[in-house]
Amino acid sequence: MFEVPSFADLNLWLTAPATVLALGACLLLLVDILFIPADRKVTTAWLAIGVIAVSFVVNLFTFNESGSAFLGMFVADGFTSVANVIILVSAFISVLLSIDYVKRAQIERGEFYSLILFSVSGMMFMVSANDLVSIFVSLELLSIPLYILAAFRVPDVRSEESGMKYFILGAFASAFFVYGSALVFGATGHTGLPEIFQSVEGIVADGGSAGVLLLLGAGLILVGLGFKVAVVPFHMWTPDVYEGAPTPVTAFMSVGAKVGGFAALIRLVAVALPTFVLAEGDTVTVWQQAFWLVAAATLILGNFVAVAQTNVKRMLAYSSIAHAGYIMMAVAAAGTAGVADAAAQATLLYLLAYMFTNLGAFGVALSIEKDDGSGTSIEDFVGLAKSRPRLALMMAVFMLSLTGIPLTAGFVGKWFVFKAALDANLIPLAIIGVLTSVVSAFYYLRIIVNMYLRDGEGDRAEGATEYVNWAVYVAFAGTLVMGILPVLATNLTDAITIASTAVR
Amino acid sequence: MVQTETFVMLSAVLFILGAMGVLLRRNAILLFMSVELMLNASNLALVAFARHWQQMEGHLFVFFVIAVAAAEVAVGLALIVAIFRSKQSINIDELHQMEG
Repeated sequence: MFEVPSFADLNLWLTAPATVLALGACLLLLVDILFIPADRKVTTAWLAIGVIAVSFVVNLFTFNESGSAFLGMFVADGFTSVANVIILVSAFISVLLSIDYVKRAQIERGEFYSLILFSVSGMMFMVSANDLVSIFVSLELLSIPLYILAAFRVPDVRSEESGMKYFILGAFASAFFVYGSALVFGATGHTGLPEIFQSVEGIVADGGSAGVLLLLGAGLILVGLGFKVAVVPFHMWTPDVYEGAPTPVTAFMSVGAKVGGFAALIRLVAVALPTFVLAEGDTVTVWQQAFWLVAAATLILGNFVAVAQTNVKRMLAYSSIAHAGYIMMAVAAAGTAGVADAAAQATLLYLLAYMFTNLGAFGVALSIEKDDGSGTSIEDFVGLAKSRPRLALMMAVFMLSLTGIPLTAGFVGKWFVFKAALDANLIPLAIIGVLTSVVSAFYYLRIIVNMYLRDGEGDRAEGATEYVNWAVYVAFAGTLVMGILPVLATNLTDAITIASTAVR
Repeated sequence: MVQTETFVMLSAVLFILGAMGVLLRRNAILLFMSVELMLNASNLALVAFARHWQQMEGHLFVFFVIAVAAAEVAVGLALIVAIFRSKQSINIDELHQMEG
């Protein structure tokens, strides 16, 4: 029944970017404990950056290769390569942001960087996962280090609270994911996404109880992933977790967890369920209608509640919910036949733009944060243009990019997402997206107004050390270059295909 | 031979009990046990379906779920201990430093 695979069948070279990173994380943990003294933890950070760089180079070597590995559980294609780039750059910026922050917060321990690397390897496996089992394992590899990182600032009660809330809701969500997978397995007899795809049409045509199982199972899986990427109505953990966690960790998880979650989500719906309709003959897939509602609710709630926030970390948390709504719009668009590839490209472009902009914004927030974790109120930005003009200018660009003003990366991301939604005939959703963008301008511009138009002493931004500055410069450069020359980003994503060949 | 449906019904009942536990209980350790109950309900469903389809994938999945659950327990208990040290309580209703 089970044949023993040969070593060559595993196709290890294709998995090299992710495996190099996972091995590097394990090694780093050992090297850190055995060789690096407690007062020189900055070496660990540089080693972590070294591992990220090696993985990046390997990713460039395998960039144009595609195929499957680990007997079909892992798939490498253009989508994976670009998603890996996004994940690795976000990890690089997050490590740079962390180096001095952990020193200031007195939580400088070597495991910090190993945990970040473990989480990154989980994300990289997740964007390649092609089987419910591998999606689950990589989802956990992504999440468990993040639970620890969120609570890393012990004995600060807010950080512990953040870790605990994230942990309980994350474990709750994984349980939904596993039960959903079990039901999908029960309906189809397979866990591989392409095999599930082959069974779906028969199940829909049959109209029996297997269809009910599949519907329930897919629904529970989407609940599980919805928790991870924080879409309404599964978003309630986000503000507390983001506010309480150490700021570089918040920056990292606001981007990385979303890349992993959305990649798995779009691969799941585009590869396994593109033909999943309620009754034979329907043209609209079941999940497109569900995602439509989720995306609309996420956009409205995220943007409107963000207006009322006074803490910038909390404001960015609601803003990240709102941005999850825009990405959800692209994922919903993947439900229309023929649009799946464009939707996958739009998702990646949006995540790339969001990665640069959001990390930059968190970098500036971290610069004005005090050593004890306070000082991130919106009022603390008053007068920043006088005391730290360069920092204020970059923050202004990040805020404009989050709003989606032309010549910034955010505009490019929004452009492609709206285009995908219009191609898929989701016109009401696109209108909601545009209107909520207008609302978002209100709270993003308020920070610019505080920095430039209101008189105040101005924060000295003691957190803006050299490493933090470099991280923010990288994010700033990425935001502007992608905004002014979007062709550089679209060249990367142009050739990406994700949909099952049968429905393309 | 017991029918697959019976196992799936039992697993659904266990899963719902677990979910209710997470939503209604306030003690962190009990929350935690409820999550474990949900995961084990999934395991039961997986092995039942694996027997039904005569496919190994279901059994394989169960092993991964067990391993991951163990890893989660380690992290979860560490978090509970850390919280108990600073608050002398593991009632999650008392975790409300942040509001808004």
